[in-house]
Amino acid sequence: MNTYIRYTLAGLLSSTIITGAAFAAGTHPETGEALADDQTFTYRILDEHSSVDPQVVEDVSGAEIVRDLFEGLMNQDEDGNLVPGVATGYTTNDAKNVYTFTLRDDAKWSNGDPVTAGDFVFAWKRAVDPELSSPYAWFMELMSIENAAEIIAGNASVDDLGVKAIDDKTLEVTLSAPLPYFPQMTTHSTTFPAPQKVIEEFGDAWTKPENIVSNGAYVLTEHLPQERSVRERNEMYWDNESTIIDKVVALVINDENVALTRYLAGELDRTEVPAGQYPRLKEEHPDEAISFPRLCNYYYTFNLSDGGPEAFKDPNVRQALSLAVDRAIITEKVMAGGQPEAYTFAPEATAGFTVPDVEMASMSQAERDELAKELLAEAGFGPDNPLSFEMVYNTSENHKKVAVALSQMWKQKLGVQAELANMEWKVFLEERGNQNFDLARGAWCGDYNEASTFLDLLQSDSGYNDGKFANPRVDELLAEAKTSDDPAPLYTEVERIIAQETPVIPIYHYAGVYMMDSDVGNWPVNNVEQNWYSKNLYKLAE
Amino acid sequence: MLAYSLRRLLAAIPTILLLIIACFFLMHFAPGGPFTSERPLPPQVLANIEARYGLDQPLWKQLWDYLYNIVVHFDFGPSFKFKDRDVNDIIAQGFPISLTYGSLSFLFATAVGVSLGIAAAIRHNTWIDYFAVGLGIAAQALPNFIMGPILILTFTLWLGWLPGGGWNGGQWQYLVMPVIALATSYMGSIARITRSSMLEVLNSNFIRTARAKGLPTRTVIWRHALKPTLLPVVSYLGPVFVYVLTGSVFVDIYFSTGGLGQAYVGSALSRDYAVLLGVTILYGVLTVLVNLLTDLAYAWFDPKIRY
Repeated sequence: MNTYIRYTLAGLLSSTIITGAAFAAGTHPETGEALADDQTFTYRILDEHSSVDPQVVEDVSGAEIVRDLFEGLMNQDEDGNLVPGVATGYTTNDAKNVYTFTLRDDAKWSNGDPVTAGDFVFAWKRAVDPELSSPYAWFMELMSIENAAEIIAGNASVDDLGVKAIDDKTLEVTLSAPLPYFPQMTTHSTTFPAPQKVIEEFGDAWTKPENIVSNGAYVLTEHLPQERSVRERNEMYWDNESTIIDKVVALVINDENVALTRYLAGELDRTEVPAGQYPRLKEEHPDEAISFPRLCNYYYTFNLSDGGPEAFKDPNVRQALSLAVDRAIITEKVMAGGQPEAYTFAPEATAGFTVPDVEMASMSQAERDELAKELLAEAGFGPDNPLSFEMVYNTSENHKKVAVALSQMWKQKLGVQAELANMEWKVFLEERGNQNFDLARGAWCGDYNEASTFLDLLQSDSGYNDGKFANPRVDELLAEAKTSDDPAPLYTEVERIIAQETPVIPIYHYAGVYMMDSDVGNWPVNNVEQNWYSKNLYKLAE
Repeated sequence: MLAYSLRRLLAAIPTILLLIIACFFLMHFAPGGPFTSERPLPPQVLANIEARYGLDQPLWKQLWDYLYNIVVHFDFGPSFKFKDRDVNDIIAQGFPISLTYGSLSFLFATAVGVSLGIAAAIRHNTWIDYFAVGLGIAAQALPNFIMGPILILTFTLWLGWLPGGGWNGGQWQYLVMPVIALATSYMGSIARITRSSMLEVLNSNFIRTARAKGLPTRTVIWRHALKPTLLPVVSYLGPVFVYVLTGSVFVDIYFSTGGLGQAYVGSALSRDYAVLLGVTILYGVLTVLVNLLTDLAYAWFDPKIRY
């Protein structure tokens, strides 16, 4: 039996109601709010983006721009649910290893050419092609597309990739293993189509504003590296009629305090709030300071490899250290931006993830501290024989504040001597990756909205498992979850084991903490991945 | 003088070569590489990328290829971080920006600094002197990373007169704050050097002679005292010119000008070997050239110096 899923509701419905493209100086077609004459959205980005080539881009701010310039098979709505993009819907077979996408007839490139299934085939082959050597090639492997791994390794030709165009409007994908959340992964920029003719004509320079051809709601019109990148309405976009924002400007501002000053001077519509400043800004600008949960965690990982400290091999020691961390102090006093306290590795905001009843979460801090002392004493550490180790973090004011707070808590409550060491980012990654640490800071943002994007980090053979935690039962559960129709109970059990074994100390889960001009409409605060599309925003008349 | 210049330029070649080699090896010995990331790449993908950039070759071969491409093709290689741009692109885009406000800062610092210094020396021990010295010391004590925030808070947030950053094709509104932030501390130093040098010159024998033959003060100062006064200033200005171009890193970052300083720091942090090396070479060559020009300028200021 085939399950046929067709998304024809909200998105399409709204576009049929709307007539006429000129919203400026008008009212919003759905909410009736008065719109501003100037529909320009200006926001700050921390660093120059790596690229606007969908198969090459590897950073968050680049992906944000790419999501506006290109459109993939599926999009996300304000809550992170799947809605149609270039595809109107998809079918899958019983085994869930063949997906067939139907492409809309009116999808066009900015030069007027139709978007075809062949454009996706070209792009996906490009993503795994060793010649392009995309830093996100692994994502295609993660999507379990047939032969992706072999092609990346150079053991198969790109033409063997399990993707083909049945006709111009039908795309068929074959997977090497069933993957229930495969359609969710098609909202990722690596899977967006690429214009073959243009790439062949201009080579690496195809993404320059004068050359680029794209199929999203916007086209790139200006790019001054390290300064600004401007994108404007794409008249050829199939749903151009519903787009309200005409122009989007991304300004590179490295210093978050300068960015805040420029925001307050009215130069920006959105910027990040520096740590610790949220309470003050919320008081002064209650409509503009916003905070909402995000799909990222912040933790410290123990080095459990053979070369790691002997003391950490005892789960009691690890648990004692975790228990003694007063997370409320970190979230309320240090970060102070509405971050949720973390007692599990995957954030509560993750879709389909039920937070298990971790014992620690329900205890009071005094009870935790008491238990921590007992556990540490049991492990043979006390005033005569204090536990000592080094904790490393990458150089940053915020990480330093958290590290200082942690080491003080351990010192005061447990008499533990934790020595702080900071390292420049790349050195830190290298040292942590080679297990040259006792206790190291870690953070992870989900690549897709599913608990496995976090929990896979603790799989024994994961390349990201820097603490070298190995638990056969966890590996088994995670493998089972990959193909399960209802993986939630499996993830819950994994979290229970993590809580018991404590290979990591979860500290807090991230919050998006922004200053957002109150005349920006429809910012997707409920989209925990923060996959936002400028075409869904609008500016209200002041 | 031409022969001297040529000799100096030839002697610069081994200096630059040494700079490249030292920088090349230091860079490669720093832990982490351009493709070290929080999401470690699968070994096969990493191997593909390294092959693409020639990082799988032995170091001496990489160095040789690098030098060969520079000398033969004037090609400084592709950026490892920005796939659609090469080093030549990055320099061509960022350097004119750094050069524009760097030169303006240099002119501003020199003109104001020298005038303040001369005024202070001529009106020695009057309120003009005290004012100029006070201003000079205050300016010197305000490095650009202090001036930046002060300027932005004042002119952008409180007064709302100037944009808080950006470039916008080098429009004057966007230039004012970076130029002042960069120039202030150099201006202070120049004022103080000029003042003490002028005081010394005014006490020398030839000035006494000039005064004794009844020359008006104006002629004494402009015809006889100015040139020798500027000699120590010029020797300071050479390095300052290089500093305002290379030392603009903070100003670039603070005012988001899109100048080369941002690319320079960024490339060091992201281990973008080619960009880091390219910009280092540019700064190296610039230093050599400016030093040569400074030395040649001496001859004009002091007839005793001959090449």
